[in-house]
Amino acid sequence: MSTPIAYFLVVAAMLFTIGSVGVLVRKNALVIFMSVELQLNAVNLALVAFSRLRGNLDGQVLAFLSMVVAAAEVVVGLAIIVAVYRRRRSANVDDVSLLKW
Amino acid sequence: MAADTIVFWVFAPISVGSAVAMLLQRNAIHAALFLIVNFFTLAVFYLVLGAPFLFAVQIIVYAGAIMVLFLFVIMLLGVDRDESLVERLRGQRPIAVALGIGLVVELVVAIRAGVGFSTKGAGSFDTTVNAGGNAQALSRVLFRQYFLPFEVTSVLLIVAAIAAMVLAQRQRPATEALEVAVDAPGDGDGDGGAAIAPEREEEPVG
Repeated sequence: MSTPIAYFLVVAAMLFTIGSVGVLVRKNALVIFMSVELQLNAVNLALVAFSRLRGNLDGQVLAFLSMVVAAAEVVVGLAIIVAVYRRRRSANVDDVSLLKW
Repeated sequence: MAADTIVFWVFAPISVGSAVAMLLQRNAIHAALFLIVNFFTLAVFYLVLGAPFLFAVQIIVYAGAIMVLFLFVIMLLGVDRDESLVERLRGQRPIAVALGIGLVVELVVAIRAGVGFSTKGAGSFDTTVNAGGNAQALSRVLFRQYFLPFEVTSVLLIVAAIAAMVLAQRQRPATEALEVAVDAPGDGDGDGGAAIAPEREEEPVG
């Protein structure tokens, strides 16, 4: 292993940041959700890189469990987006502002 | 130059580039396709970092199952609509990009302070930690040390499946259901089945 672990962590940091900017900038609920997925994957990459750095498998187990949680989260999130779309005929987050004061 | 360094420098630009491309696509389908590319490059990173099991799971679960689900929902909601570019808050986009650059600088400084840019992973990872195969070693940790969290995730998956069914089921308008209920006894010939039959008709979703 001749690549420094920090390089993988920097890639993970960049992907996480791109995901955060996507959540802030985009208007389509589905694309916002995809940006959240990107953030989750960036954290998974950091966990696997730390697992390699520490020399044990705890980070990989954590990344595996986080994948399971991400799968459950995607199912519920997409169901909510579909339910909102049925009611509002739109997947734009600006149209769902009923709770805004 | 070692093989893992070459793989890293080939796939890191693809990974970051596909993520940026996902951000810039106005069409949701194109964004999803770029995200799939990004997930594949992450799978390659897992392989380089000594996690071949997670490499397989990443491709099967993320690139396979989750992104197919995303594409299904995008198709269900209509693909032809492009996102509106109207800014509700003035200056939201420049501020978001500036904050993002600040965040990445901060994270890089933290990585430099915490890990250091010259620290390398142990070369003997595959022979010591992954001895006997990565999947076997991972299952030893998962089923001993992390057994309770693993079992709790099964409860989580059942709850998520039920929640998806409850949330996404098509709700009948309340008035229509009321009419059917009122009509059925007043039918006269005692055959309520005919009045109820249309109600049972399952409409295809979408």
